[in-house]
Amino acid sequence: MKWLQIALVRLGLRRSGEDARKTVSFGDPAAARGGYFWSFVSVAAVFALWYVATALQWTTPIFLPPPSDVWEQFHATATEGFRGYTLAQHIGVSVYRLLVGFALGCLIGIPIGFSMGLSRVLRGFFDPIVEFMRPIPPLALIPLMIIWAGIDDKPKIILLFLAALWIMVLAARSGVQSIRLSKIHAAYTLGASRTQVLFRVILPNSLPEIFTGMRVAMGVCWGTLVAAELVAADVGIGFMIVVGGKFLETGLVLVGVIVIGVIGAAIDVGMRKLEARLVPWKGMG
Amino acid sequence: MNGLIVKDLGMTYELPNGGSVEALRGVGFELAAGEMLTVLGPSGCGKTTLLNIVAGFLAPTAGKVWFGVDGAKPVTAPSRERGLVPGREPGLVTAPGRERGMVFQQGALFEWMSVADNIAFGPRMRGAGKKEMKDIVEQYLNTVGLAGFGNKAIYELSGGMQQRVALARCLANEPHLILMDEPLGALDALTREKMQSLILKIWNDTGKTIVLITHSVEEALMLGQRLFVMAPRPGRIEREYRLPFASRGLDGNLREIKTDAEYVEKREEILSMIWEMEEEIMGRQERAS
Ligand SMILES: Nc1ncnc2c1ncn2[C@@H]1O[C@H](COP(=O)(O)OP(=O)(O)O)[C@@H](O)[C@H]1O
Ligand SMILES: [Mg+2]
Repeated sequence: MKWLQIALVRLGLRRSGEDARKTVSFGDPAAARGGYFWSFVSVAAVFALWYVATALQWTTPIFLPPPSDVWEQFHATATEGFRGYTLAQHIGVSVYRLLVGFALGCLIGIPIGFSMGLSRVLRGFFDPIVEFMRPIPPLALIPLMIIWAGIDDKPKIILLFLAALWIMVLAARSGVQSIRLSKIHAAYTLGASRTQVLFRVILPNSLPEIFTGMRVAMGVCWGTLVAAELVAADVGIGFMIVVGGKFLETGLVLVGVIVIGVIGAAIDVGMRKLEARLVPWKGMG
Repeated sequence: MNGLIVKDLGMTYELPNGGSVEALRGVGFELAAGEMLTVLGPSGCGKTTLLNIVAGFLAPTAGKVWFGVDGAKPVTAPSRERGLVPGREPGLVTAPGRERGMVFQQGALFEWMSVADNIAFGPRMRGAGKKEMKDIVEQYLNTVGLAGFGNKAIYELSGGMQQRVALARCLANEPHLILMDEPLGALDALTREKMQSLILKIWNDTGKTIVLITHSVEEALMLGQRLFVMAPRPGRIEREYRLPFASRGLDGNLREIKTDAEYVEKREEILSMIWEMEEEIMGRQERAS
């Protein structure tokens, strides 16, 4: 029955090691770790409530269609497609826009952040631009993007790029500035050149904060993506949701929402795994 | 010979509000190659400032520091970061350099590298080959008693072990002068005593010149061949001792020395000296407020 015990511990139904012997648990962070069994319960509860509410006709199908309808809708969009594109193609286009915009934001934002963390001149130079642009919600820029860049992929990617850019600039800047001066001093006394200090000390030292920034930026990019596709698009998950809303096809809207939720969560889990792999020292110093 | 010459150092920090702090005034001494100097003093008396000037991290507002002037080959380096600027006064310290190593208090190791990569950092920076780095890592892991720990991550080690790695990383770069700013300050008493023996042994085996800052009177007495007691405002060398305990500690037991009559007498003398300085500082603060 050893496997059962291990399974119970994994699910958070059984405590092990020191945790099992603790007499004080309220307020102890370890007491609130794990608990995955209850995650299954919550997912099941949501579906059950949804099913019951529709089966007993507490609401109309336009307000909330039953799970089976949404599943059929999902199936139909996946196989027959919607407005000339299959679900996979809608997802593919959205994820493509998302990743390109996000990657550009990182590629340009991180070096700018580094330069701001390393030079007084560049810090002073970029500061007003960053401080001005940062509080502007990307959505407020949509009309400008359409005027300047048209209605194809370009304005959407630029918008996502801008959404990620300032977050990455700030993350990289604070990553550089979080270093202990004694690490820099140690590197120089060990004979490192400036380039070596940059790539072997400053860069790895800033990785934990850059990762945090990337996760935040990815979240903001999702929000921006759907909004960007609300306006002037003919393909994409956001577009699907908008059309579904316009024609009161609630099932289509729900398919879009669930797809975004699942993909977004999967990307975040992936980034967290990657983070644990690449910066295992995070939070250990 | 690779001696250290410190001449008439003065350091006044200008504050943003127009005021200034005189951290050092007229600090001068010479240290012969292979000597071990410990520096004691109440906090704020300029110990760190002095060490940072010798390391080349700070430019003093008065005075100069030379290192290795009368060496067979004057220390020169290809770039500003790498040490002394060639063509200047030989041995004049103007920047950090690999001939002057430093062991910091905790937190200066590179967490993103294994223990072995930390130790190999210096050799790697100068372009050492794989085989050479491996041998160096092996050798210095042995020196600090961490054989077999090369593949560990820094955050897996205890505080005492981390300081051993810091020592090994410094030694692996083969500096002639080793500067230590309260290297054992964050360790518990037992670990600390072990590290003191290790430092003594390394000093004896390698013949390095060492300057060690500490706020522990016992540590300063036990390790220093020479000992400076510094006084604050402005920071200066108040008293200098030449001590026999370090050499004795090499072949005897460190703890036996602690009961030695001469040792006890010196310890009490220095303790009351520092006690008075701190009383005076507090008195001054009270009057000022
Ligand atoms: N960057 C700085 N700016 C202004 N004053 C400083 C600075 N660094 C140190 N000081 C002052 O110089 C004096 C000596 O400091 P420090 O060398 O750190 O002393 P210690 O290491 O002996 O504690 C202290 O009074 C401290 O407040
Ligand atoms: Mg200090």
